[in-house]
Amino acid sequence: MFLINCPFCGERDQSEFSSGGEAHIVRPKQPTELSDDEWAEYLFMRKNIKGIQFERWNHAHGCRKWFNVVRDTSNDKILSVYKMGEKPPVNYK
Amino acid sequence: MPNYRIHKTEYIDETKRVSFKYDGKTYFGCEGDTLASALLANGIHLVGRSFKYHRPRGIVSCGAEEPNAICQIGSKKDLTEPNVRATELELYEGLEASSQNCWPNVKFDIGGINNFISPLIPAGFYYKTFMWPKSFWKKVYEPLIRLSAGLGKSPTEPDPDIYDHKHVHYDVLVIGGGISGIIAAKMAAKNNLKTLLVDDKKILGGSTIYQNNEAIKIDDKLSSEWLKNEIQEINKLSNLTIKTRTSIAAYHGYNFLLAKENLTDHLPEEKKKNKIRQRLWKIRAKKVVIATGSIERPLVFNNNDRPGILLSNSINKYLDFYGVSCGENIILFTNNDSAYETSISLHKKGIKNLIVDLRKSASSELIKQAESLGIRIYFNHVVTNTFGYRKINSLEIMKLSEDGNTTVGNKIKLSCDCLGMSGGWTPMVHMHTQSGGKLNFRDDDQVFLPKENSEDQISVGSCNGDFDLENIIDKTVNKINKFLDIDNQDYQDTNIICSKENDKRNIWLLPNKIPLGKTKCFIDFQNDSTAKDIKLALKEGFRSIEHVKRYTTTGMATDQGKLSNMHALGIIADTAGVKMGTLGTTTFRPPFTPLTFGTLVGRNVGKFFEVVRKTSMHEWHVENNAEFENVGQWKRPWYYPKKGENMHDAVQRESKAARDSAGILDASTLGKIDIQGTDASEFLNRVYTNAWSKLAIGKCRYGLMLNEDGMVYDDGVTTRISENHYLMTTTTGGAANVLSKLEDYLQTEWPELDVYLTSVTDHYSTASICGPNSKKILNKLFPNLDLSDENFPHMSFKEDKLENINCRIMRISFTGEQSYEINIEAKYGHSLWKMCIEAGKEFNLTPYGTETMHLLRAEKGFIIVGQDTDGTMTPSDLQMDWIVSKKKFDFIGKRSLYRSDTVREDRKQLVGLLTDDPKEILEEGAQIVSDVKSKPIDMLGHVTSSYFSPNLNKSIALAVVRSGKTMKGQKLIIPMENKNINVTVSDTIFLDKENKRLNA
Repeated sequence: MFLINCPFCGERDQSEFSSGGEAHIVRPKQPTELSDDEWAEYLFMRKNIKGIQFERWNHAHGCRKWFNVVRDTSNDKILSVYKMGEKPPVNYK
Repeated sequence: MPNYRIHKTEYIDETKRVSFKYDGKTYFGCEGDTLASALLANGIHLVGRSFKYHRPRGIVSCGAEEPNAICQIGSKKDLTEPNVRATELELYEGLEASSQNCWPNVKFDIGGINNFISPLIPAGFYYKTFMWPKSFWKKVYEPLIRLSAGLGKSPTEPDPDIYDHKHVHYDVLVIGGGISGIIAAKMAAKNNLKTLLVDDKKILGGSTIYQNNEAIKIDDKLSSEWLKNEIQEINKLSNLTIKTRTSIAAYHGYNFLLAKENLTDHLPEEKKKNKIRQRLWKIRAKKVVIATGSIERPLVFNNNDRPGILLSNSINKYLDFYGVSCGENIILFTNNDSAYETSISLHKKGIKNLIVDLRKSASSELIKQAESLGIRIYFNHVVTNTFGYRKINSLEIMKLSEDGNTTVGNKIKLSCDCLGMSGGWTPMVHMHTQSGGKLNFRDDDQVFLPKENSEDQISVGSCNGDFDLENIIDKTVNKINKFLDIDNQDYQDTNIICSKENDKRNIWLLPNKIPLGKTKCFIDFQNDSTAKDIKLALKEGFRSIEHVKRYTTTGMATDQGKLSNMHALGIIADTAGVKMGTLGTTTFRPPFTPLTFGTLVGRNVGKFFEVVRKTSMHEWHVENNAEFENVGQWKRPWYYPKKGENMHDAVQRESKAARDSAGILDASTLGKIDIQGTDASEFLNRVYTNAWSKLAIGKCRYGLMLNEDGMVYDDGVTTRISENHYLMTTTTGGAANVLSKLEDYLQTEWPELDVYLTSVTDHYSTASICGPNSKKILNKLFPNLDLSDENFPHMSFKEDKLENINCRIMRISFTGEQSYEINIEAKYGHSLWKMCIEAGKEFNLTPYGTETMHLLRAEKGFIIVGQDTDGTMTPSDLQMDWIVSKKKFDFIGKRSLYRSDTVREDRKQLVGLLTDDPKEILEEGAQIVSDVKSKPIDMLGHVTSSYFSPNLNKSIALAVVRSGKTMKGQKLIIPMENKNINVTVSDTIFLDKENKRLNA
């Protein structure tokens, strides 16, 4: 059970949050100009990394805010949290 | 009656006798006893029959690792509990316990015949035997296996006890109140850290608390005396919480642990009443110290499972802690020094005993002490067989060969009434591995040890492989200082004297002249698996420990192999000729010991099982005999049966009334989202498939919301209340998810939009009045409101007051009838409803529930998201292309609507179905085919909604059918269990295609 440091509320139990999958997948600005393959890439394809992964989380039973998390999926350690719109930390690549 | 209580100890109050029943017979124990120690004091070893061979079994241990002494507690239907370990159960007045897995009784058990046919039931017996003939499985094999399977009986009535949950946060959690746990807790607490110390026993002190050997001293005191002082000191520490009778069940990531505290299991019946029985602690600790100790290993030799054969250290605890001797003529069989402590202690109390030691020789302080006391020691000898059916009465020993692989010389027969075995010690690494820690293997004494890998967790004491006292204390102090980054000097000058073990010899499967196939060398006592079974599994090709475990069921009983896993691994390693450390271990899964369901569930039982949401009108529905349907967490009226009516009658009556005159529906549960902001119109444009910019203020519009994959997600009517203010309605079940999804897009994709979303579902109550007379009823309620079709047309919105209370009135329809939805602040909902009913009396205004609502909308071919759709339907599949804007640049899901798969013409599409026999009602979910003769039958789709329409006087149905759009007029077949139903594909709209009724 993770302890997640919500950037708006502080450390809270994982049960207050819901996960939103991989982060930084930008919705295409002009979907109509994409081929089926390109659209499918956006729609379906996720990296599912073993190791350091950038994820979206929502403080669903708290402030309802979405934010980003850097998590090592091999040991579940959360290495960083940052707000939507902020640049991802560069030291985890 | 025999009395094996041979001396007084401070932990047993002999003046307080406690009576209890075991297998129907009354016995006496003392305050401070466990059920096991009380039974042993009465000379009872035989406590059960083994699972597979029904061999007589006795108490083996004194703790959580006990495989044999599991019993059924109580006999009441609601309070009985199976698989309770007698070694952990504290004795109380009136306790009723019985042995398990035997019939008719533990002394004479019919199943014992399995022991004699055991060559016929090898490992994997069930897998091999019950495979064929196939037809036998259901009628013959399964009922037979079920009869003999399982341990104990479950309660058959609801649990009347109270359970509790508690969340706590600590700086430091110490698991285990033995000597190292006590030292760690004291160091942490004295350094001003908020500390919690938990131990599963009634009193702290672990195995040191009854230690009384002169060779082991701390500061010139017996180690037990020294430790008692320490316990007194930690009891005074204000920031240390001590929880006894509390065991850690699970250690999850981020130092989140679950602990079970036993609060009343040790109390007599009358004192248990109205008290919380068990509490589940949900602990968050910044740092965790694991001091869970180790458990003694049995030895694997022929017939090592007879009653009267115990772990050597357990004999010691029964003697020095409980004052009970396990026999009068005891033999100790060991490969290490610890059995000598037991031997010396027995000798001092005048109990005759001798030692059989695997080792060629040994030379520590303890051994010198035993020798000087004149205790007989057979070095380099091994027990090869034991005798006695219900209790051991003698055994045979033989000399070991130089390499230890075989026996030499002549058998020596020794008589005894109890055998203590000690195969060394296994550190309890459960907590470490549950937390994600890895293990190292130490060849020296064949133990798996925690590999330190975390800043937040550490193992100290014998669970870390430190076995002698000097090592335990020194290492614990050093490690804790470093771990907590403190500089505690309390133990700087502590003077420790202890005996140091110098000699080791480990043999996992002890040699025997008898061929292995003819021996019974048990590894797992509870699941009856033997060394032979393990070897057979290897012979049959199993290699992975996880596979051997499952094939032989070793370690899979309620004790989870606490005594057996190491031996299984050892024998596999020896047989396969590999190093044990390279095999790995099976996974240590939580819980450490079984938990009751009550503990896990806590207070969430009965009416607290799940949240129930009720509308403001709920009481009226109850008073008027409504049957309710659960929709999400909501209780919605399903139908309102009148006297003598069944569901069908009620729904037919309600449906007819709604179309002939007037009906009223409680629509309060529909999700309502208040949308405000200067970009609200643009936001709606992006989330719905149709266009919203041109919707005039005061008008309503139906919208369809898709997922990004193009599939229909939700629908509802949205009203424009003012320039930058909308009220969106969603489906009842989808409300929370829709809000989440909208918030997601708003926060992450379109943060530039000025839009604010608020859930107002609970803030408004809604009464929906429909039917040809609805306008007249509205006119009575709102006499000043101009209800003319010109001023207040379909899909528009007005505000008015009902006795000074603001109402929002929408003229929208889910039934195809002229209809009005009146929204009022929730606290006035009940009054609104009653006023509507009153006003509607002269028009036979009929309350109707969800079933009628579904029927009415089906007549009109209106979809229900989640019933007619299932997450694979596009708007086009639903024949709703009209709602998808061609002009809009983008909306959620737009691009997916022309992916190659979504434009496929043979997708399943929504159609109407009419049965050839208009009285025949289809079953929802029924499969649809065109040809029942070809095999396999080609499935074309299924029925999604089906009703008998009283307004059309025929059966109607909606269905999804492959290429359905092109099939209008075609005949199809619905094959049912005993007949085929012929249907014709029709339009989805069955009633009033021209929408004349909306303005009737």
